[in-house]
Amino acid sequence: MRIGFDTVAPFAVGALFIGVWQAAVQWYELPPYLLPSPLKIAETLVSDFPTLLPSWLFTLKITVLAFLAAAVGGLGLSLLLTSSRLLERSLFPYAVILQVTPIVAIAPLIIIWAKDTTLALLICAWIVAFFPVVSNTITGLNSTDPNLRDLFKLYGASKWQTMLWLRLPSALPYYLAGLRISGGLALIGAVVAEFVAGTGGTESGLAYRILESAYRLRIPRVFAALVLISVTGLAIFAALSLLSNRLLRHWHESSKA
Amino acid sequence: MPDRPSSKMVQPPLLAMQGVKKTFANGLLALDGITLTLPGDPQFLAVLGPSGCGKSTLLRIAANLDAPSEGSVDWPAFAGMGEQGSGLNLGYVFQEPTLMPWATIFDNVRLPLRIRGLSGSKVSDRVMEMLGRVGLRDFARSYPCELSGGMRMRASVARALVTEPRLLLMDEPFAALDEITRAKLERDLLGLWLSSRFTIVFVTHSVFEAVFLASRVIVMTPRPGRIAADLKIDAPYPRTEEYRTSTSYIAQCREVSEALALAMSEDHSCA
Repeated sequence: MRIGFDTVAPFAVGALFIGVWQAAVQWYELPPYLLPSPLKIAETLVSDFPTLLPSWLFTLKITVLAFLAAAVGGLGLSLLLTSSRLLERSLFPYAVILQVTPIVAIAPLIIIWAKDTTLALLICAWIVAFFPVVSNTITGLNSTDPNLRDLFKLYGASKWQTMLWLRLPSALPYYLAGLRISGGLALIGAVVAEFVAGTGGTESGLAYRILESAYRLRIPRVFAALVLISVTGLAIFAALSLLSNRLLRHWHESSKA
Repeated sequence: MPDRPSSKMVQPPLLAMQGVKKTFANGLLALDGITLTLPGDPQFLAVLGPSGCGKSTLLRIAANLDAPSEGSVDWPAFAGMGEQGSGLNLGYVFQEPTLMPWATIFDNVRLPLRIRGLSGSKVSDRVMEMLGRVGLRDFARSYPCELSGGMRMRASVARALVTEPRLLLMDEPFAALDEITRAKLERDLLGLWLSSRFTIVFVTHSVFEAVFLASRVIVMTPRPGRIAADLKIDAPYPRTEEYRTSTSYIAQCREVSEALALAMSEDHSCA
């Protein structure tokens, strides 16, 4: 099989960027506490991995749990809101308020109110992640083909049948698009909340490692932690895209070549 | 113009509309006093009229998808078959194939039976038989996007007929298809109609399509829609491609065209 130019292109861009970075650091002899070279970062990633691994796993745990809560809770909330026009009108504005409130502003409150830090971080990450799921799914549930709706009505389909066989499948592409956005946001929410939580608690995530390393001017380790966060974000996005393509490949435009 | 009640008629009519008017929420008068009876005996009725004359609205009211603003609609033949809507055993074919893109052709055609809570091998056999009759037996496992426009429309017809309805309502079903596919589907529809004997109400804006298919043609005026003429097409069935070039076909087309021209000219009084 021929590997197309468009497959190689993103890697070429990455290699070029890293190459220029490495060359610039060596040419100008920049000290590692200003800007570490990619090689130095890679070295740090390997040497500090025993320290970074538990933090990475902790951040991953918060991200995955918050994402799952957003995926399940977002779907449930969408079903609830679309079940009645009155409910949607009266509750949706508050979902928007929750979405537009900067998480850094309310995270300290949540950390004070919640019993333990892990729960507080989870709540923060969930608040950031759930909205795209709800917003997209509501759009999907309300955008069924009117003719198909008439067809279900014609055959006397029950509300339950219409939901299960018409509205949920129609909403699936929208839901999956929401999940793809939400996956990245769960990670951002987890990291931001950890930043705010700072040193609290015995377990600490990657954000805490970044803060700690920055204070000690161990900049290569800051970058190593950043690399781990980026890789996690990419992996989440890739996994959700794959899931989306698997589920929609037979019928939806978005997953056709 | 209602059909004269005949003393020989034993079957109650499928549909009885009396003075039906429809005004939309924006004040637009779509239908203005439609009185129409579909006898219990099978017939092929074409509803012919220009775009926007309320043909689709008429069909939606006949399917109980919309309620008339004034006048009455009744389905005497379906009386005692449960609540209106769920009890009406009728098929509906939209202008678009209107298939569920996430479901296979088999699942799409099975849908009406599934909604009625039917399942099992008998249902599968029935669906496969119906697919066979529209020539889609080999495409049961395909998805709608893998089929051509004509095949999708065949699947839509199969879905409408899978419940063996006594009344099939079709809203310009072949209008979006190319000439060749359309002619083939018209012949096949006639074949299905002749072998099963149900009543079809076929909305179209093509005089030639109406005269080729129908045993009765209703001509409608431009908005607001009224019935301007109710004509019989006497040519015997089965109708072949030879009928399309026969003198009787051409004479019938002329008659219907003249009725349509007359109906269009009525527009000037209210324009």
